[in-house]
Amino acid sequence: MSSNKKYWKSVEELNENSSIVEALRNNEFVEEIPTDEFLGNKDSLSNSSTTRRDFLKYVGFSTAAATLAACEGPVHKSIPYVVQPEQIIPGVADFYATSVFDGFDFANILVKTREGRPIKIENNTIAGAKFAANARVHASVLSMYDSMRLKEPKIAGKPASWSDVDAKIKAGIADAKASGKQIVLLTNTLASPSTEKLIAEFIAKNPGSKHVVYDAVSSSEALDAFEAVYGERALVDYDFGKASLIVSVGADFLGDWQGGSYDTGYAQGRIPRNGKMSRHFQFESNMTLSGAAADKRVAMTVFNQKQALVKIYGIITGAAVSSNLDKAFDADVTKAAQQLKAAGSKGVLVSGIQDKNAQLLVLAINQALQSEAFSTAGTRQIRKGSNQQVAQLIADVQAGKVGTLIMSGVNPVYTLPNGEAFKSALKNVKTSVAFSLKEDETASVVTVAAAVPHYLESWNDLSLTKGAYALTQPTIRPLFNTKQFQEGLMSWNGDAGTYYDYLKANSASYTGGLSWNKVLHDGLYAGASAPAAGGSADYSAAANALAGSKSTGLELVLYTKVGLGDGQQANNPWLQEFPDPITRVSWDNYVTVSKFDADKLGMTNEIVANGGLNGSYANLVVDGVKLDNVPVIVQPGQAKGTVGLSFGYGRKAALKEEMKVGVNAYALYKGFNDVQTVSITKAGGEHEFACVQGQKTLMGRGDIIKETTLEIFNTKDAKVWNPQPMVSLDHAEVEATKVDLWESFDRSVGHHFNLSIDLNACTGCGACVIACHAENNVPVVGKSEVRRSRDMHWLRIDRYYSSEETFAKDNEKKENFNGLFGDKGSLGGFGQMEHASDNPQVAFQPVMCQHCNHAPCETVCPVAATSHGRQGQNQMAYNRCVGTRYCANNCPYKVRRFNWFLYNKNSEFDYHMNDDLGRMVLNPDVNVRSRGVMEKCSMCIQMTQLTILTAKREGRVIKDGEFQTACSAACSSGAMIFGDVNDKESKVAELLEDDRMYHLLEHVGTKPNVIYHVKVRNT
Amino acid sequence: MKKVGNHNSISRILLLSLAVMLTFSFTSNAQTAAPAATPAAPAAATAAPAAGAGDPVKGKELFNTNCAACHKLDAKSTGPALRGVKEKHEMAWIYKWVHNSSEVIKSGDATAVKLFAENNKSVMTAFPQLSEGDIDNIIAYTSTPKAEPAVGAAPPGTVTAASEGSEISNNVVLGALAVVMLLLVVMLFMVNSVLTKVAKANGIEVAPKEKRTPIWKAFAQNQFLVLVTSIFLLLASGYFVYGYLMQIGVDQNYEPIQPIHYSHRIHAGSNGINCKYCHSAARVSKNAGIPSLNVCMNCHKNISEVSDTTATPDHSKAFYDGEIAKLYTAVGWDKATQKYTGKTQPVKWVRIHNLPDFVYFNHSQHVSVAGVECQTCHGPVQEFEVMKQFFPLTMGWCIDCHRKTDVKMEGNEYYAKIHAELSKKYGVDKLTAAQMGGLECGKCHY
Repeated sequence: MSSNKKYWKSVEELNENSSIVEALRNNEFVEEIPTDEFLGNKDSLSNSSTTRRDFLKYVGFSTAAATLAACEGPVHKSIPYVVQPEQIIPGVADFYATSVFDGFDFANILVKTREGRPIKIENNTIAGAKFAANARVHASVLSMYDSMRLKEPKIAGKPASWSDVDAKIKAGIADAKASGKQIVLLTNTLASPSTEKLIAEFIAKNPGSKHVVYDAVSSSEALDAFEAVYGERALVDYDFGKASLIVSVGADFLGDWQGGSYDTGYAQGRIPRNGKMSRHFQFESNMTLSGAAADKRVAMTVFNQKQALVKIYGIITGAAVSSNLDKAFDADVTKAAQQLKAAGSKGVLVSGIQDKNAQLLVLAINQALQSEAFSTAGTRQIRKGSNQQVAQLIADVQAGKVGTLIMSGVNPVYTLPNGEAFKSALKNVKTSVAFSLKEDETASVVTVAAAVPHYLESWNDLSLTKGAYALTQPTIRPLFNTKQFQEGLMSWNGDAGTYYDYLKANSASYTGGLSWNKVLHDGLYAGASAPAAGGSADYSAAANALAGSKSTGLELVLYTKVGLGDGQQANNPWLQEFPDPITRVSWDNYVTVSKFDADKLGMTNEIVANGGLNGSYANLVVDGVKLDNVPVIVQPGQAKGTVGLSFGYGRKAALKEEMKVGVNAYALYKGFNDVQTVSITKAGGEHEFACVQGQKTLMGRGDIIKETTLEIFNTKDAKVWNPQPMVSLDHAEVEATKVDLWESFDRSVGHHFNLSIDLNACTGCGACVIACHAENNVPVVGKSEVRRSRDMHWLRIDRYYSSEETFAKDNEKKENFNGLFGDKGSLGGFGQMEHASDNPQVAFQPVMCQHCNHAPCETVCPVAATSHGRQGQNQMAYNRCVGTRYCANNCPYKVRRFNWFLYNKNSEFDYHMNDDLGRMVLNPDVNVRSRGVMEKCSMCIQMTQLTILTAKREGRVIKDGEFQTACSAACSSGAMIFGDVNDKESKVAELLEDDRMYHLLEHVGTKPNVIYHVKVRNT
Repeated sequence: MKKVGNHNSISRILLLSLAVMLTFSFTSNAQTAAPAATPAAPAAATAAPAAGAGDPVKGKELFNTNCAACHKLDAKSTGPALRGVKEKHEMAWIYKWVHNSSEVIKSGDATAVKLFAENNKSVMTAFPQLSEGDIDNIIAYTSTPKAEPAVGAAPPGTVTAASEGSEISNNVVLGALAVVMLLLVVMLFMVNSVLTKVAKANGIEVAPKEKRTPIWKAFAQNQFLVLVTSIFLLLASGYFVYGYLMQIGVDQNYEPIQPIHYSHRIHAGSNGINCKYCHSAARVSKNAGIPSLNVCMNCHKNISEVSDTTATPDHSKAFYDGEIAKLYTAVGWDKATQKYTGKTQPVKWVRIHNLPDFVYFNHSQHVSVAGVECQTCHGPVQEFEVMKQFFPLTMGWCIDCHRKTDVKMEGNEYYAKIHAELSKKYGVDKLTAAQMGGLECGKCHY
């Protein structure tokens, strides 16, 4: 029996006239399903030659093929040498001492090679090796294996032979001579006696030619001032270890100021010994590494820095100069100046103000102090560029006066503020030559692009400081068809020999009687020059001129980031993914704005729902030059009235797609002055940052980074400034270290490794992070993955700001919380503490796997993939891991990293592990992890095992200092010390007993094998 | 790649026992034929006639100690071939030459200068210590006529023929037996049918066959049996699947064909060359290292062919000489001019022992520190004609050894302290690798 019931399909059916009802009657859906869009173009689909049957055949074949292929194991071939080089034993690393200077970074290093491939940079620790490798030098080994390098010489963009290139350049030189035009060699600072000699010979042979030195990031004013006083174009090599009072006015000497590499000496003075440590005042506008390390940091505009310098000059020398310093800073500056005066020869003042007068005052003040840290002996030779000469050259090029321009180690089209104008002006130059590692912005527009070898493939000599001599030697056969600039010079000079012979013959006069082999083995000859004859200049005029400088509105302060520096290695994925120590942002540059200015301009930073950091965009205009859509970071500690922007980004040429990030700040580098007057406006849209640390402050959790002042440290008991956390046991308060859930193993036998990290010595330089990458084959995951918090760094350097003026006041505020609501209530109070102070204290804390003796990760692993070794390492067996990630969830330190994807041989992650060349940097002793596997710091077990094996083979006891990890070996400031605590004579055993020693999150009872030392500030 | 299970399956045992049975039946035949080959070899030596005043037996001894480094009897080496040298030169001249060849050359002797030039101007060591009698003995040895290798080659053929013969006879016997059995079966059927017919003819009622349920149906109806059988089948298949899965990636007995037939039997076995002479990296490196070709040439510069006794029934002398020629091609050595041509072709060996990437193994730890014999992990390599993986190289196999093996600590300063402390802790005199921490995951996996 049929029913007459009517079923309603929708409320629309109530309306008889509704079109939907009509549509539904005929069709299943109201709207047409966009199947065509989904399937793509219908025509092309039907025209496709692949029929359904073909498709099934393909599927069948590929399935069968894959199945068959899986049945057979792969056949591996082993191809031995025909004649094995004597020094190469497969499986044993060789080390070569060499030195690097690329015009920006310099260091005395050891290069670790395996089977003839350089795979890691280590510090050369031989006596006399002054300059340790920074993060960029550590990463430079990967830049050699850059698949985007210029692989052969090119003439007008087409591959050419070296003989053609030589002929072309020689013709260019002859042509320029004939037409009476200039021949110019434009190079970076060379600091190479042999190269400079070759250039002198070139100039002698070609009258009318000249050599112009161009530093992308200029130190011209400091050089001018030193030259004016001492008659020598050089920079002072300060020894901060000798200073008990350091005043820095705008000099980021722990960063790249005057080349950097000052942290070794600085850190020595920062570790309290016998109740003493150095005191450090920092007056600056951007938040820098030096500012973060300072005992007292005052954020001020560059205008005020100039006035402060004048004021300090007045107080130190007693000269009557008036300063227009803002009243707000008067007390701080006066205090610093008076203490500096009191410190006398134990004090030192440095300044990064790019003004010749300011730099003259620096010399005057240090002369007046008779500062021990300030020595004119062994001056730095690593910056020579003169702004005037470069400006002159650009004018000449634009005017068509230059017939032949030969460039080496420079990339002016990218680094000049008017790069585009220079690019078009290059058309006026008949023969323009660029000796370049890459087909960069300049090399791609010149007539001859000459491919040069990387420094790890070259011969050279360096005199980084006056009187010292270092050799650069090849550690691998050149990968490509390259030729050194020096060989080019020799060929143009009509010298038929090789540069090696030339170098060897030339070196004898610099090595102080040491043999070539000895210098080559050591990598250097540690000579020094006598102090420059003390000169003088009209300092008071300089002071008056400086005092008369005008405030010009919002200042843009340009700087270099720890990651990319001047931008030479922009195609280096390690450096791109390296999070900036201050902002913790990777894969970007940005304009840093103070909270005050950001509020005024309506710019914000916020953490969005997926955990990523978003920021506003800004448009910058400097003297008519616009830079649009620059991401904004609201930077605690940024001086009001200033914004910061870093160089090195925004490159486009010879870069993989992922590396083309950021904006080019060189466009705003007018007159090579790092301070520019800028107008800034908010632009539409939001920028997605790849920031690895969302939280800014410690929230008053003083037990994570323990800080105290020197006064308390000296006068009070360790229990006061390094309190043990207390827990309740049987209703009694006991020290957390005394309570234990587990039965401990006996760890007194054999080696027991500990890593000690001194928060006083750590400057946050990041060398350890890159060294860890290189040693442990840590993959690069790219910007979007980092944004998803999937970064793979085994070692991170946490950066914390104080929410009050100091961390101590944070703790105090938290202690005094009372109730939930109100100003003192914990609800509102903690809310406030999430925000960093306008001028916060900053602390760095390197955190890697803590190798807990009672590790929470080990107990939760369902497959026992992570377990504990007797030597203290928390071991991770990758082949056993099934990827449950329980361990990462249970780790209180959040140091475990999960391989969400396959990061090698995967075109989705097109970094070094995706090409044959880039994979050559991988360490063959460490496994490359696959997808779905947890990984973490192994305490470089491959290194400790090798040390043990070597000792066993040689049948001897291991000495202290032999055990190293990649991070402790890379740490030039002495913050990281690694060793065996069962060796009671060892440094680390002593550090374990130190009063300053504490464990991270001690109350959790994990008993870590990484120890930290309380940070002491000398305020 | 060859895959072999690492546990004894029933099928394997059965196959093995069958193989054992068959081999016994064959070898008994082969052994009887083998001795026929041996008597031929000494005959060559004794057959040498007393060519000169010298004693060729003493001469051979002298030749091998003094001359063989640079001279061969029948082939050019650093110096020329010496067989029949007596016919080429006067004895007096030979005495002078051997005692001090440089002087002879200096004196301007035309023959000497020519000879010197012909041999790449390599100066022959002077042998003033050899008396004229000694030289006579050597010359006597060099004058022995070349032994005929054909004598030795013949017997292997007879051996194979004999073994083939026995195979045929076996088959014939088996075939005959089968035929007999077949005949018996047929006869039985015939007898049965005849008897039935006889019974029919006699009118005897043959009791009709009771209709029974066929056995398979009965089986299917018996649920208990079905259950037991299926459980048994499940367990059995589980056993075999497990066995199959556990041998994946285990390449025991992997014996690939290599680009050059290199015989460890000849080098390490017959010639007793120390493993670490060629695999020198094993002392200091994680890799044992496949020797580079210049190491081969240390010896093979002079050894361009194998001796007749090296040849085996499987591989003739010509075969081995061909393999040495392959080495010369690879390293670019011209045998005729005794010079390197510079044209090299690196040899692409097929890797046999190949641990996964996630395992770190260090040869020097085992070879230098622990003093483990190479054979402990690689098997009796000195007996292998073709190199193969002898042991499974699985983790269980490694661990097993670490559990059983005492660490060699004597005289090693490194172990002094740890040995004292650990042996006290465990109350033992000797410590195993496991007690030293050799079972920790991180020691091999990083």
